[in-house]
Amino acid sequence: MEFQFQFDWQAAIDSIPFLIKGIPYTLLISFGGLLIGFGLGIFFGLLSINKKWYLRWPATAYIEIFRGTPILVQVLFIFYGLPDLIGGPIDPLTAGIAAIALNSGAYISEVVRGGVQSIAKGQTEAGLSLGLSRTQTFWSIIWPQAFRRMIPPLGNQAIVSIKDTSLFSVIGVGELVRQGQIYIANTFTAFEVYFVVAILYLAITLSLSLILRFVERRGLASV
Amino acid sequence: MTQIVKMKGMNKYFGKLHVLKDIDLTVEQGEVVVIIGASGSGKSTLIRCVNGLEEFESGTLEVDTHPLAPKSGNPKSLAEIRKEVGMVFQQFNLFPHLTVKKNIMLAPQKVKSTSQTVANATAERLLNRVGIGNQADKYPSQLSGGQQQRVAIARALAMEPRLMLFDEPTSALDPEMIGEVLDVMRELAKEGMTMMVVTHEMGFAREVADRVIYIHEGQIVEQGKPDEVFDNPQNERTQAFLSRVLAH
Repeated sequence: MEFQFQFDWQAAIDSIPFLIKGIPYTLLISFGGLLIGFGLGIFFGLLSINKKWYLRWPATAYIEIFRGTPILVQVLFIFYGLPDLIGGPIDPLTAGIAAIALNSGAYISEVVRGGVQSIAKGQTEAGLSLGLSRTQTFWSIIWPQAFRRMIPPLGNQAIVSIKDTSLFSVIGVGELVRQGQIYIANTFTAFEVYFVVAILYLAITLSLSLILRFVERRGLASV
Repeated sequence: MTQIVKMKGMNKYFGKLHVLKDIDLTVEQGEVVVIIGASGSGKSTLIRCVNGLEEFESGTLEVDTHPLAPKSGNPKSLAEIRKEVGMVFQQFNLFPHLTVKKNIMLAPQKVKSTSQTVANATAERLLNRVGIGNQADKYPSQLSGGQQQRVAIARALAMEPRLMLFDEPTSALDPEMIGEVLDVMRELAKEGMTMMVVTHEMGFAREVADRVIYIHEGQIVEQGKPDEVFDNPQNERTQAFLSRVLAH
């Protein structure tokens, strides 16, 4: 018996139009989730370095819970578990965005905390000694500097979250992997299709890396 | 004579460490007070209490009629004090993300709601005054240490302070740049600015100070006119300190 595998280029090319339909979902879930996650990250990141324990503790709890549990469990919980609580279904897209938001928010909180804490104490002292309030000092002196340092780890998180959306095929969101699975079910060309899926992810993440490198260079030029 | 700073029985602790012990000190308007002492003697802590960067545990402090209670008791007073007291740090602490000019414009615009045009004109005038008018659009990292410290002085002056605090302003500078910063400070003193200066520059202290204060382990051990303190110190600790620093 002879076994010979040949990569079927035609099958790969044929799958592209169908697979590409998943990209808008992948992007919508990633960037929608990341945008909310960024908001959560700023909010909880700043709370986590607050002097008041009753502000710090809830933030720390949020961060530890969403960093310490798998995102797959989180999305399953949101999609299958939460409806029992709220008494109605949650659509898969919303569940996906919520999972990315909550999960990336926890990581971004840590990025925010690290960024802010990396700015020398003398910067705050200079701001305060000039008569600026703590809030003014933070937003006009500390945050702009901290944000610049946060760009590389934020980019890293964006790439991680984009890839995490692939897990949401399990709740039936028509993102890239899900499209691939559907296509393979009809054509049995798993090798070719997952190859194309991988290439499409790479195209997204590489584009993002390039953009980030550009932003980083421009942002750091002035520091 | 108006007293800009009035400290009475001030005590400050870092944990169990008693850093300032019963400090009584007044600074008159227009007076230049230079504070000397060994590292860790509490001299920086002393001036950092004046604008509330450090809290104190007991005693009273009044800056330009605004009382400051122990443990930063009066936030309103503190805000007023910081508007009227400028500070220059050892490490300059310029804002690296802003140009030199924006460094100077920031506080007047944010704190006093000064218009952009006026803040801009003030910044240019002050930069010329400290001799770096041509560097306005550079970022701090593009300047030498001496230039950065002069920007820091200009930045503090932009708030039109009634009192200037200098916390070892030349200690982080290369020797050849110390002179240019001291020159600016000398000019300020001549123009009548009230100044409290913590420094190791004994030559500057002797020449510019109206009064020299020697601090040892958190206590004011000796104070007086520069000639008195430097040429005829009464306390043996002052004598020992001066013989060490003036020997080289």
